[in-house]
Formats: sequence, structure tokens, C-alpha cells
Amino acid sequence: MDLTELYQSVILEHNRRPRNFRRLPDANRSAAGNNPVCGDEITVYVRLEQDRIADIGFEGAGCAISQASASVMTQRLKGKTIAEAEALFGRFKDIVTQGAPDEEDLDLSAFAGVHQFPARIKCATLGWHAAINAIHGEAVTATTE
Amino acid sequence: MNPSAPTPDWTALRADFPILDQAVHGRPLVYLDNAATTQKPRAVIAALSRYYERDNANVHRAIHELSSRATAAYEAARARAAAFIHAASAEEIVFTRGTTESINLVAYAFTPRLRPGDVILATEMEHHSNLVPWQLLARRTGAQLRLVPVTGDDGRLDLSGLDGLLADRARLFAFTHISNSLGTINPVAELCARARRAGVVTLVDAAQSAGHRPLDVQALGCDFLAFSGHKMAGPTGIGVLYGRHALLDALDPFQAGGEMIASVQFDASTWNKVPHKFEAGTPDIAGTVGLHAAMDYLDGLGRAAIAAHDERLAQLAYERLRAVPGIRLLGPAGARGGLVSFALPGVHAHDVVTFADQEGVALRGGHHCTQPLLRKLGAPATTRASFYLYNTEAEVDRLADVIRQAARFFGSGV
Repeated sequence: MDLTELYQSVILEHNRRPRNFRRLPDANRSAAGNNPVCGDEITVYVRLEQDRIADIGFEGAGCAISQASASVMTQRLKGKTIAEAEALFGRFKDIVTQGAPDEEDLDLSAFAGVHQFPARIKCATLGWHAAINAIHGEAVTATTE
Repeated sequence: MNPSAPTPDWTALRADFPILDQAVHGRPLVYLDNAATTQKPRAVIAALSRYYERDNANVHRAIHELSSRATAAYEAARARAAAFIHAASAEEIVFTRGTTESINLVAYAFTPRLRPGDVILATEMEHHSNLVPWQLLARRTGAQLRLVPVTGDDGRLDLSGLDGLLADRARLFAFTHISNSLGTINPVAELCARARRAGVVTLVDAAQSAGHRPLDVQALGCDFLAFSGHKMAGPTGIGVLYGRHALLDALDPFQAGGEMIASVQFDASTWNKVPHKFEAGTPDIAGTVGLHAAMDYLDGLGRAAIAAHDERLAQLAYERLRAVPGIRLLGPAGARGGLVSFALPGVHAHDVVTFADQEGVALRGGHHCTQPLLRKLGAPATTRASFYLYNTEAEVDRLADVIRQAARFFGSGV
């Protein structure tokens, strides 16, 4: 196993410089997520206009996988409808659990190596769970447990 | 325990631990997660097998030969545990599932002794297992839980206000001997003496010390002391609660069932004598046999020698890691237990641990069940390397190399 399969350069780069790493001042939805095993914590902020994600940001601290995944996620979800966001999360889950890359989405496919590290799948999906909860206005904290 | 004993050959005794002889991800295993659980020597594994192959029966119940042997082995382990920590008598040794159950036993049994407004004292460096049971006891009784503060990254207790805390309705003071996340060695004898002067009962969490250094509960002056077999070369599932006889005698039982009773009627019962009144149900008999073998193994090497070995490796690791650019080391710079806890700037502990694992180096990353402490220190997760008697200087070198590589790989500090 080569570690660069897990830690693709896209992931390392997003971890070092996470995109949309901010609290949105005009967010109308937010949700927190945490992974009690490793202490990863994340909060996702969403400005929802009708059923479209007009803006999205996140704050938190955690491993490279969780931080990079949340960063890529914010880029992918901005401008998407709720239905599109859910479909995208479904595709991402397939990528990280089965390792099947999506030829049309190279950034999401960077996480394909995660499937060989089952303990880290939770890290990769933490931000996504929080985002979906935020969109649905669920105030509960997403947890990986 | 025997100062004239020759220094053990630490490298040669690795052959006593079959599990160490393997490759992980193609590299020789370097096991540095000993604060979580230690590996077991052949002597312990053989004692477990022998017990199940020759002597297995239930204890204290039957007249037949095997039951006599099992009972003798079980009570011999109790006497051995008493000698191991220099308790005044074997009756002061209660067998439990481990440190956590030992602490919960005291927390539960203390319920009728506390009133609203009483104070339970612990410290900010406690493992969750020496914190959450007291939170629950406080909730049950209306007592208040107060914590002795930790000074900062050097990880020492701030004892300046301790006498005031002890004097203000404190009833029980629970604290760890060696911090599992910082490596701090607390001055147990001094803390117990100050508590005793204030009339406060003490409980020492010895999970990280019992297998590493000589313990003398009478010299320390503690009322209760808890430890686990699996962190000292023994099996999982067995632990010890030491309690001063008069205190154990005065406490109500924890769990109820067989073995812990003297006589039972349909509407009321009377309790067996200590320690049996705290040992309801069939105990982990095999576990005590394995623990007995582990105690013999450790004292064969000498716990003073083990302490010197572990602490030398931890100090060496501390010095090597200090040279890694930007690294943040937690806990005292000197006089530390056999572990090192650290954070690389911009690199999460889980990534460090995954990286090291690919090189065959087993570390632990996270909050080490001391979540509030790390939150206070502003370090949500750390990486921890913890050493035991079979670790070597060459393994400290591999640790330092792999941490440097991880820092480069993840671009630490960039």
C-alpha cells in the first residue's frame, strides 16, 4: 500500500489550504458534526435560497481526510439544489466505500483510496453528513457513531 | 524490588513476547501503544492455557478437587496482588474487570456517604474513567465535583489551592499517579498526606504506573488504588481495587448476586466479608491466574529497572522529537512516565498515526480519553508513543524517523 493512494496530492493541497473555510455571516442553516473517536469537529454553514445552496462554508479541526473532503465538498455543492446535493453525496459515498472513481469528477475521485482504510471512511463523510443535516434544517449534531 | 538484581537484557527478553516477531505492512512491528495495552509474555499465555487445560472449575462453591485447585489459584493470586502493592492483607484486594470498574465500584459504593453540598475532588488530567464516574456520583447525591487545575503544556498539577479545596467540604479526592496523555508523574504520597490531614479519602488511578514501577500503598498512604492487568503484561478483563480494610468493610456492596452474600432470605440478606462482598458472580478466575504470572514476570525483572528503562526511552524520544521543526511536546520536559505526547503543526494526529502504521510503527492518536484536558490546552488531538520493557533504542530511532517523514509528507508548518 502506497500512502499516496490515500493521501492524493489533491487531498494534501486542500488540507493545507481549505476552500470556503469560514463562517457565513448570512447563513440561514448550519449543522455540526463530530467524530468522538478522533476528536474531529466540523460545522457547516449554508445559505439556502429556495431549494438552492447559494453559499456554503465550514469551520473545524480534524485529519487531512476530513478537512480536504469538506473543502472539496463546499466547491461541489455551491449552486446545487437539495436533490443534486443528495445525489452527489450518494456518488461520493460509492467512491469512498467501493473505491470506484468517477471519471467526470476528479476531485471527488481523489478520495477513492479511502476505501482501503475502512476506519477513515467516517472522516471522509463527516462534512457531508453535517451539510445534508444543515440543508434539511436538522439541528442535531451529526456523529460518525 | 531487588536492587542487587542484574540489569535485564532488554533486547533478549523480546523473545518472551511472541507477538513482537512480525511484520506489519511489510516492516518489522514497532509497538508503541503500551499505555493503551501491553503485550503478553509466554509465561502469562502459558499460565492461562495451563489453567484451562488442567484446573478449570468454579471457585468457593464445590467440594471437588478441581474446584479446590481453582479456588487455591484464585486466592493465591489475591495474596500475590497484595504483595505486589504491599497491601497489609490479601483481604484488601478486590478483583474487578479493570481500573474503570474499580473506580466505578468506589463511586457507586460512596453514594450513601455523600450529602448535597459535599465536594468530590479530582484533577483536570484525569482519564474519562476517573472523571465521569464522579460526575455521575455528584449527580446522584447533589455533591459538587471540583477539579485541581493543570498548569499548561508542562502538564503539572497546580497544587497552590489544594489545601483550600480539601478543607471546603471535600469528602473524596481521586487522582491519577501517571497521566496517560501527558506522562506527568504526580506526587502521590504528598497528595495523600495533604488529603489525610484534611480527613479526605483518597483514590489513586494506578493504571499507568502499576506495571511500570514499584508501588507500596502503605508508604503512599492512599485509601484506594486501582489498576488493570492488561496494562502490565497480564490478560484483559482482570483488574484490582485495593482498599483499606476498614473502609471496604464500611462500604455497601456494588453488585449483588452469588458469592457476595453471607445468608439470603426471600426478603433480606447479609453480606459476605470483604473482599468477597464486592465480588458478585463468577469472577475472571483465569484472568487472576494470568495476572499472577504477569506480576511474577515483572518482579523477576524488577519494577525499578523497568521504570528506569521505560523512562529512559521516553526521555530519549522526547529529545529526538524536540528536534523536529515546529513540534509541540506536551507534558513535563523531565521526570516523565514512559510516554511522549506531541502535535505537529498543521498535521492531525490521525494522519500521523496512519502514516506511522504504514511503516509498521503502532502509535495512538486522538484525545486519549482526556478530552476536556486537551481542549483546555488547545490541542484537540495528540499523537502518543508509549514505551514498555520490550522496547529498544533502535525503536525510538524508527519513531523519530517516521515522525520526520510524516512532517515532510503532510507539509507540517508550511
